[in-house]
Amino acid sequence: MTYESLATFAQQGGSAYFALMFAIVCIYALWPKNKKKFDDAALMPLVTDNDAPLIVEK
Amino acid sequence: MSDATLAVPLRLNGLGKPGQRIDVLIVSVICVLGLLWGISATALAHDLGMRVIAAIFTIAFAGGLFAISFAGSKGNLAIDEAVYLDGVIKAGVIAASFWGIVGMLVGVIIASQLAFPDFLYFKEFGFLNFGRLRPIHTSGVIFAFGGNVLIATSFYVVQRTSRARLFGGLLGSFVFWGYNLVIVTAATGYILGVTSGQEYAEPNWVVDIWLTIVWVAYLVVFLGTLWKRKEPHIYVANWFYLAFIVTIAILHLVNNLAVPTSPWSSKAYSLFSGVQNAMTQWWYGHNAVGFFLTAGFLGIMYYFVPKRAERPVYSYQLSIIHFWALIFTYMWAGPHHLHYTALPQWVQTLGMTFSIILWMPSWGGMINGLMTLSGAWDKLRTDPVLRMLVASIAFYGMSTFEGPAMSIRAVNSLSHYTDWTIGHVHSGALGWVGMVSFGALYCLTPWLWKRKRLYSEKLVEAHFWLSTIGILFYITSMWVSGIMQGLMWRAYNEFGFLQYSFVESVKAMKPYYIIRATGGLMFMAGACVMAYNLWRTAKGDVAASEPITEAQEA
Ligand code: HEM
Ligand code: HEM
Repeated sequence: MTYESLATFAQQGGSAYFALMFAIVCIYALWPKNKKKFDDAALMPLVTDNDAPLIVEK
Repeated sequence: MSDATLAVPLRLNGLGKPGQRIDVLIVSVICVLGLLWGISATALAHDLGMRVIAAIFTIAFAGGLFAISFAGSKGNLAIDEAVYLDGVIKAGVIAASFWGIVGMLVGVIIASQLAFPDFLYFKEFGFLNFGRLRPIHTSGVIFAFGGNVLIATSFYVVQRTSRARLFGGLLGSFVFWGYNLVIVTAATGYILGVTSGQEYAEPNWVVDIWLTIVWVAYLVVFLGTLWKRKEPHIYVANWFYLAFIVTIAILHLVNNLAVPTSPWSSKAYSLFSGVQNAMTQWWYGHNAVGFFLTAGFLGIMYYFVPKRAERPVYSYQLSIIHFWALIFTYMWAGPHHLHYTALPQWVQTLGMTFSIILWMPSWGGMINGLMTLSGAWDKLRTDPVLRMLVASIAFYGMSTFEGPAMSIRAVNSLSHYTDWTIGHVHSGALGWVGMVSFGALYCLTPWLWKRKRLYSEKLVEAHFWLSTIGILFYITSMWVSGIMQGLMWRAYNEFGFLQYSFVESVKAMKPYYIIRATGGLMFMAGACVMAYNLWRTAKGDVAASEPITEAQEA
């Protein structure tokens, strides 16, 4: 394998990989079904009932 | 210890079976081994640097063992899963305030030395020269101040958003004390001339190994807490903290691969040389900016801004895209530090392209942070702490706009090696890292010490203006001097000779260096005001001129 072919592979492969990852992330973040989950998560810092860990009694 | 401990899955009383304290065992074994190494290395050291570093380690490990047995005998090692572990976070707040002032003081000293080369330099004390103080400044503000802020806030945030006590028992304190030991030994080394010679990675190989141990413990504590969380989701701030911890581990390990000249010598040689060394160094250096100075502090933004503004983050979906886009893009931007070098041209272009792309996730994050305030803009008028946080986001936007511009090869040919870079660094470092940290410390102190509010909000106001004006002095003077430097270096006369000698460009810098030192002094004065305010808050005082209002009472 020459340096040129390796460099070309890295450039084209890298671009495709990057674009693909970005597409997956956008689809995941914007998928309508996930909206509720994310809206709930967004409220997490605002939980203020009491400043103590949640203990689940068995 | 409450019965609740036993109800927790995974039996996280320490690490193993209930009552069996693997965490104490691990920390004690590390201290014993470290003590043995320290004594041997102090005795056998080949050079003064190694001897002093080993002696500090020895004292620290002996102190550690003493502290563990003392705490054990008082029953202070017990783990109560019904309360958060806050002691170590309080220690982090104190350490951050202390190191912040030390690091900035050294910054002001070296800034004055650039303006007045004799300032605080004595021939008999060679270690006070600019070259040795500079890494103390950079490590002091980034790793000592910034690092303690990140460890303290990450411990706070991961516990609150997981609704679970910090995992790992004694490991939390081990991380805090171990990390501060890294700082002390690294800084002592710099004074004695012990350095690996790579910017932001100057600690020598012994300190590097110790940092690796501490960092693995940090990762275990953080992941363990997420593992036992009582909330279904992992809040986005934790993703940023986790990216910071994991990436710094990888960067640190790869960039510091080195072979010591002897087990008892402080000197080691990097495994890489030439352009490979340059590329790994700036892959490290840029991602230290991206994951230490950016991702970690974005974790702070995503928790403290919503919390302080009392409204959820503007768009959680945007925060997810922000996160993944940021970490994927930052990784490739390093080559913009190596324009016009032996690095292949296409790699430089790659770094430049990714730097320009990086503008978008950065501004996505900025918009997300700023817009969190929509509908609550009036709070900016009444709450100086929130104003500090918002100003930091604005500076984040500014430096992440400037950065991509500077990464364009043609622009970089003017800005590289000049004070423009220094101005860019400090608009990010003072404006973003500094102000967001101050905001977080102002939030944390009343929360941790259970006070109704800060000692004085007027002092926060004063701090806000001192730092904002200080930053403006700093960055505007560096823009002017940087561009002037760049233009003077490339000016030719009609015969094709350089128009200015180098020393002429140095002389031209003087007024700007004085302005910069003044700005830095103001910024440092602000940090001192903050430390005073935090100290009075922790003591439980309330400024007589600003009595607690009914709203704060609630
Ligand atoms: C009191 C305020 C400060 C002053 C007066 C100050 C001053 C300086 C000076 C004079 C230099 C050397 C510039 C040169 O070599 O030409 C420097 C470098 C640096 N400072 Fe600061 N500084 C301050 C605060 C900070 C803070 C809070 C941070 C980070 C959070 C920081 C991060 C850095 C970094 C990363 C460098 C190295 C820049 C490079 O190599 O390109 N500084 N500072
Ligand atoms: C989109 C984001 C950013 C980009 C594309 C970027 C780009 C750049 C460029 C092109 C340089 C000059 C390299 C040279 O000529 O040697 C630089 C230097 C630097 N930047 Fe940034 N920057 C960004 C954000 C930030 C932020 C937010 C901070 C700090 C919190 C920061 C800290 C630094 C430091 C410390 C250096 C100096 C490195 C050294 O030479 O020692 N950058 N950056």
